[in-house]
Amino acid sequence: MLERLLILSAIVFCIGMYGVLSRRNIIAMLMSIELMFNAVNIALVAISRYVTPAAVRAAGPTEANAASVLTGQTLAAFVIVVAAAEVALGLALLITLVRQRDTVDITQVNLLRR
Amino acid sequence: MFSEWAAWAIIALPLAAFAINAFIVRPLGAPAARLAGYVTVTALAVTLVLSVLALMAVQDAHGTAGYEPHLWFAVGPFDMTIGIFLDPLTAIMLIVVSSISLLVQVYSLGYMRREPAHGGHAAEERAVHAGAAHAHDAHGHGGDAPVGDGVSREHPYADYPRYFAYMGLFTASMLGLVLSSNLIQLFIFWELVGLSSYLLIGFYHWRPSAAAAAKKAFIVTRIGDFGFLLALLYIFSHRAELMAAGLNPFDIRDLHQAAPLLGPGVVTWIALGLFAGAVGKSAQFPLHTWLPDAMEGPTPVSSLIHAATMVAAGVFLMARMFPLFEESATALNLIALTGGFTALFATSMGLVVHDIKRVLAFSTVSQLGYMMLAVGVGAPVIAMFHLFNHAFFKCLLFLGSGSVHHSVHTFDMRKMGGLKRWMPVTYVTVLIGAISLAGIFPLAGFWSKDEILVAAWEGDTVGRLVFLFGIGAAFMTAFYSFRMIYLTFHGEFRGGIDAVPMAERIPDEAHHAVHRHESPRVMTTPMVVLAGAAVLSGIVANAPFDLGIVPAHWFAHFLEEEAPHFNWPIAIVSTLVALGGIGLATLMYRTNAISAEGMALTLKPFHVLLSRRYYMDELYEGLIVRRVLYRGVFQAADWIDRHIVDGTVDLAGWLGRNTGRAMAQVQTGQVQLYGVGIALGVVVILLVLLTQGGG
Repeated sequence: MLERLLILSAIVFCIGMYGVLSRRNIIAMLMSIELMFNAVNIALVAISRYVTPAAVRAAGPTEANAASVLTGQTLAAFVIVVAAAEVALGLALLITLVRQRDTVDITQVNLLRR
Repeated sequence: MFSEWAAWAIIALPLAAFAINAFIVRPLGAPAARLAGYVTVTALAVTLVLSVLALMAVQDAHGTAGYEPHLWFAVGPFDMTIGIFLDPLTAIMLIVVSSISLLVQVYSLGYMRREPAHGGHAAEERAVHAGAAHAHDAHGHGGDAPVGDGVSREHPYADYPRYFAYMGLFTASMLGLVLSSNLIQLFIFWELVGLSSYLLIGFYHWRPSAAAAAKKAFIVTRIGDFGFLLALLYIFSHRAELMAAGLNPFDIRDLHQAAPLLGPGVVTWIALGLFAGAVGKSAQFPLHTWLPDAMEGPTPVSSLIHAATMVAAGVFLMARMFPLFEESATALNLIALTGGFTALFATSMGLVVHDIKRVLAFSTVSQLGYMMLAVGVGAPVIAMFHLFNHAFFKCLLFLGSGSVHHSVHTFDMRKMGGLKRWMPVTYVTVLIGAISLAGIFPLAGFWSKDEILVAAWEGDTVGRLVFLFGIGAAFMTAFYSFRMIYLTFHGEFRGGIDAVPMAERIPDEAHHAVHRHESPRVMTTPMVVLAGAAVLSGIVANAPFDLGIVPAHWFAHFLEEEAPHFNWPIAIVSTLVALGGIGLATLMYRTNAISAEGMALTLKPFHVLLSRRYYMDELYEGLIVRRVLYRGVFQAADWIDRHIVDGTVDLAGWLGRNTGRAMAQVQTGQVQLYGVGIALGVVVILLVLLTQGGG
């Protein structure tokens, strides 16, 4: 089961990375980055489930073990928050870019070259 | 007992005169300029008194007045010391240096006073002699002449502060040199002597010839000094042997005992190094070329250089370090041969020059050759005796030539003649100097030259050879001494500077004209004193018999040497040879029985060779400096610098710039390309981790 989930995660990650590296449109790149984040989330949750002992899993989380049992899920929630912040920041930059240079093409944004 | 403070004061007084003149009198400008002369003369008068006291103290102490050397600094177990070494040799040198220097300073009070360029009787005489057009020219020259020292060139004492400051430094350096107890200390003063002679030879620094002569003197003597320095380093490299025996490697007294510890080979090299220094300083062949050119300085400076300070330093060093030289027969033979050859070589060049100062310069070189010869045949005391006598009569001769210049404003003997009519004092004193130089009984030059010849004759094969050199030189010396006398003082007056075309005159002197009068008393008095010394110094200082107040052979006994015996055959031979030289000069230049021009034509190749001074200057400047050094060494160095050194630097720069340029191709500014790079990098790292089984 874990294996399949990790393969799924890898596939989604690669699709996202391909999008980041190949799309010229910055909006499409941001969307691809979201895919990569979510691939990571899948992996985190899957591994968390895998490392939790069956007995604990059956009994469900208690006050005492919640911190250790829900580590992966908690981390995934953090990633989602960070991703949201990142998109907010990225879109803000994008809007500024469009106002300044009237383009969403990443290849036109090479100011560091000069 | 002569206190050590008094000995230091001998050095300090002339040095103080230098400091006062340079830092107080000179900034005060024209009103105070005249004081400079009195400052130096006063300082030297006190120095002379102290020197006499030192001599008496050494005489009473029967030998060295021992002063403990003071620690200057210590390097590990080696102590560098400075101190005073006052022995009979030093005492004699102190007397020579301070008395000659004092007389020269007094003379300079008159000589260095400038004559007004315009107005007065000078302008009138010029109008008479040179015509109104030339007078106008001279006016232009006078106005164009460079202004020295911030004091108007017209000011009669404009030269005083700088001149007397340098003279103070020069004398202080020489006195410090003779009093040094340590070879390094001696070397420091040795170099200071070189520096001050440079400053004084180049005193008229606005004349290109004077600047060149000063540079030449400095560089040529520096070549010899390099040998001196190597000898010092060589001694230092053997310090372990000396220090093991409880000796200080550079202390002169300790070095006197060092020869057995070092072995003959090492001593020979040290002796040769020191001798190289002396060859440069005392103008011996092949480093003699600077001395004739050193005439560019003011005449009293030449007088001091030739008599007591600069050139005497080399002979003094030989005498001072003689216990070391004594251990090396090779070094002594080389010294004797160099000295004998120089004596002969330099006199021959003196036969043909027309400049009165250059005649004297070549005679100095040859007389120094005699002194070196004496050291080489193992008689340093006789060398010192000759130095002592030579100092007086050579100083006298130079002051005489200055006095002549004061009247006729040229040094060219072809423009002189008949001067004895209005310069009787100069004539008589210079005549005494010339007879002494020629070595005629009973004047000073006779006694010491004769003893040198005796010492050479009694030596081995080398001694006999240099004896012949010495006899040959004696003949020519007598000849040119009287050639000088006849050309300068006898016959018809040939016009002095008035006979020199305006175009050929030195700009500074262009406005001068002949004054038919004797020099002022401030100049003639030192000459009369020196003439007295030139007559008496030989007979009184080292008489072959008791003179009442002075015991027989006082000089030799004072320097702790057995008295030289008088050798009648050699005395007679040398006197006859000298008289022969005088006779030939009389025939050629007085009675004109033999035509000098005819002789020059008959012996033309030889005459040309002598006039060009054996092409030594051409050899040095044309061949060694231009060809070997400039075209060879310096151009090779230039090529290495341009191509190898600069090439390496350029390569470093080129590499940096082009590596950067190549690397800059990667930085496109395309963020996706960077992303690909990062992704590929991650893949590579992963592959490495997986295949190497890490993590």
